Amino acid sequence: MKVTTIVGLEVHVQLLTRTKIFCGCVNRFNPNAPNTQTCPVCLGLPGSLPVMNEEAFRLSLITAMSLNCELASFTKWDRKQYYYPDLPKAYQISQYDLPFSHDGWLDVSTDEGEPRRIRINRAHLEEDAGKNTHDESGRGGDSHVDLNRCGTPLLEIVSEPDIRSAAEAKAYLEDLHLLLTYLGVSDCNMQEGSLRCDANVNLHIEQDDGETIATPIVEVKNLNSFRGVEASIAYEAERQQNEFAETGLKIGDPGAPAKTTRGWNAERGVTIAQRIKEEASDYRYFPDPDLMPVTVSEEQLADVRSGLCEFPAVRRARIEEDYGLSKYDASVVINQGQDFADYFEAVAQVCGDGKQAANWVTQNVLRELNERRVALDEFPISAGILAALLQQIVGGQLTVKSGREVFDELLSGHDEGTPPSEDRITEIVEDKGLAMPSDTGELDALIDATIAAHEKAVDDIRNGKLQAAGPLIGKVMRQLKGSDPQAVRQRIIERIQQT
Amino acid sequence: MTTTAFLNTPELLDQLQSGEVTSTDLVTTCLDRIAKVDDHIGAFLNVDRDAALQQAVNIDERRQAGETLGPLAGVPVAVKDNICANGTRTTCASRMLEEFVPPYDAHVIQLLRQADAVLIGRTNLDEFAMGSSCENSAFQSTRNPWDTERTPGGSSGGSAAAVAAGMTPLSIGSDTGGSIRQPAAFCGVVGMKPTYGRVSRYGLVAFASSLDQIGPFANDVTGAAFLLEALSGHDQRDSTSIDCPVPAYSQTLDQPLGGLRIGIAKEHFIEGLDAEVEQAVHAAVDVYRSLGAEVKQVTLPHSQYCVAVYYIVAPSEASSNLARYDGVHYGHRATDFENMVDMYSASRGEAFGDEVKRRIMLGTYALSAGYYDAYYLKALKVRRLIRQDFDRAFEDVDVIASPVTPTPAFKIGELIDDPLAMYLTDMYTISANLAGTPGISLPCGFSSDGLPIGLQLQAAPFEEERLLRAARMYEREAEWHTQRPSVPSHSTS
Repeated sequence: MKVTTIVGLEVHVQLLTRTKIFCGCVNRFNPNAPNTQTCPVCLGLPGSLPVMNEEAFRLSLITAMSLNCELASFTKWDRKQYYYPDLPKAYQISQYDLPFSHDGWLDVSTDEGEPRRIRINRAHLEEDAGKNTHDESGRGGDSHVDLNRCGTPLLEIVSEPDIRSAAEAKAYLEDLHLLLTYLGVSDCNMQEGSLRCDANVNLHIEQDDGETIATPIVEVKNLNSFRGVEASIAYEAERQQNEFAETGLKIGDPGAPAKTTRGWNAERGVTIAQRIKEEASDYRYFPDPDLMPVTVSEEQLADVRSGLCEFPAVRRARIEEDYGLSKYDASVVINQGQDFADYFEAVAQVCGDGKQAANWVTQNVLRELNERRVALDEFPISAGILAALLQQIVGGQLTVKSGREVFDELLSGHDEGTPPSEDRITEIVEDKGLAMPSDTGELDALIDATIAAHEKAVDDIRNGKLQAAGPLIGKVMRQLKGSDPQAVRQRIIERIQQT
Repeated sequence: MTTTAFLNTPELLDQLQSGEVTSTDLVTTCLDRIAKVDDHIGAFLNVDRDAALQQAVNIDERRQAGETLGPLAGVPVAVKDNICANGTRTTCASRMLEEFVPPYDAHVIQLLRQADAVLIGRTNLDEFAMGSSCENSAFQSTRNPWDTERTPGGSSGGSAAAVAAGMTPLSIGSDTGGSIRQPAAFCGVVGMKPTYGRVSRYGLVAFASSLDQIGPFANDVTGAAFLLEALSGHDQRDSTSIDCPVPAYSQTLDQPLGGLRIGIAKEHFIEGLDAEVEQAVHAAVDVYRSLGAEVKQVTLPHSQYCVAVYYIVAPSEASSNLARYDGVHYGHRATDFENMVDMYSASRGEAFGDEVKRRIMLGTYALSAGYYDAYYLKALKVRRLIRQDFDRAFEDVDVIASPVTPTPAFKIGELIDDPLAMYLTDMYTISANLAGTPGISLPCGFSSDGLPIGLQLQAAPFEEERLLRAARMYEREAEWHTQRPSVPSHSTS
């Protein structure tokens, strides 16, 4: 018996627009001041009318293009009608039969190397609802409705059921997350609900006679972390297998619902059946007469396309290739987003050593960004200055260790009011005497004199006891103010071996 | 001074400008007239005397100070109670919104304020603009000033009656299937539905979004032109508002149209049309002929489907637009309920009237899974054919002349228990809403019972200027608009 997990994901992504989708209210997560980011339009007051946010539509087009979707030349908005207190108009403006995009794909990276292509059924644009909070104490307190979230632009991205495991679902979501954050269309903050996921899960069970049986589809809701997606699907696959062993119920059987809904309880690590609606819900979709259909011209598409950046997966592969990076380093660079990758490339190109640039950018720069809690555009050391510094290391004028000293000094200088610059690098190197001696004659003379005076140590070194070089380095260094000990050490060993 | 409000708009503006009359005088006269006659008419749901006078005083002061004032400075305008005004109760004549005070102005209210009009009061309507007689108001019936046993028409019956009875020189209403033109005809005033998209719907409480349009009432074509000019123009907050220039209707109005081509459609003269109405309309066409217009036959072959299409499209949109009144956020909430769903149904069940419920049910049914294609989708297709009928007709003629209503004003209570008969009273007006074209109703005579009869003129989209000029040509010749009802009042002082 061979069991295959079949998964399709529905992902809701809040778009990073300044204002809401149909009104001028600010689009910002703000649960602490409920109902303060609202106006007659998003409150659904009588007489108010929606106006489409062009930026939301533009971000949608960018996303759909990057998901290789076909873009509709004609699209419209429909009302999806249902009653719920977080939906003040009692309908959600969404897209029903003519979504603005359909039939795309996302190549998901895998451990095996070759990416897996997951098809995208459609991506459509709609408005988010508000948020209800209920008294969970059981004492029957009031429920509260916060409409701050109402009208947040929401992109629903529906995959085909091409995902074949819990791990693959997680990988799909991670790659989607990377793509959307990289493109800047969403911050994809799962804690704040700007990326939400539902999973449709069932099993294909191959019987001994070769017949494949499908179990009833379960929609798992409330997945708000990558771990949750993976764990819930793994749990659900096991649960469905057990259930099948017990009941033998398959999809389409009398008594087997076509689709049931279960909620993921992250604390207990289980899915829980949700109330089954007695009747199939009828949303009575119809075209929203308050909004004009949108005709998208080839010129508009070309315009958006020309503004598109290189997609993260493509860029990751390219920088791996172009700069000789490890897969890991390339991922770290790309995962930090577009600005960071730009910074890396600028440094790598000027200093001429991708590996060196990657080390510095992913370690020193990233650490400082985290410690200082600043974005790259506020970071005091520009790509040009870092590249100038690394040029000296690559060219052998500075050791890596001295480079770090200069780097730290540039930053502390900045904190005290001296802006970093290429001249500053020269100054620091001079002040601290970090330059590698360019005249090796002087160094060699000193070393030779020192070697001659310490035969015991020299013998030890010749016999492979390299730590014996320590005292020699010290003596040379004292006379040769401010040179790099590593370089001195290296030279001492070379001279001993030559003599 | 009691007849001041019967003066036409340019005369009023002249008198106000010259200082012969102050806005305070004018508004006081109107308020006094309301106090005197509206007990018998019931046109107004809410008149804030102090607020109206305050606006007038402000305008007078600004005029005195030599400020440049808006084009309607000091002139009272009554507003149908389904158009939101900031801080003013906007009830839609429904228990559901009995206490609803919008925190914002409709676009047209902003424009009226900018024009320095005085917002004199809120007029009665059929609940949520659903009806043809004002009898569906949750609060009161409005009576026809020409015969208080009869309805003023609807749904903008209050706005029509207020102008007809001289309580205000101007008013605004909304027209979804004839709700401006039909009461204008019943009350013997001028009422106009502009092209869909000409006037912003922002702040008009939606009944059927693809059909609703705000328009003016006045006691003559000139007043309608002045008011329409103030109401028209693009509004970014209404995606269906069209960005095209607004001609100065009031300036070109009196220029007769040379070579005017008037269309007559045989579909408009069919069974059920009152003989006196038919005669009056033909007589009006003869007047045009005498003015040198060419009269041509046109055909509108899909006219017979108008009422059917309308009663799919309008209730479908209404069922959706009125879903927001659920008792959660504002409006009526039942006090006695078991759970959330129960709260919804109890609140809606208690606060909506029969006609509103009937249309919500019709629309919900038409949009339901399995019925959508047969009803809503099909209705949209026929709607397109109706629009094409008009496009074709307007290739040959400039305006189409027709009756507004099959009969003059009917009696209060006469049709209220026969919804279908009531729906059929809109058969001549609905097509303009379905096609999105402009239409105007103006007086063209009286029945033997002394009831006003209306002439409807329709034109191609955005041809309001031509429509108004054509209407004015007839009005100047026929002068029916100078007739006034003798309205009973409770004091003869």
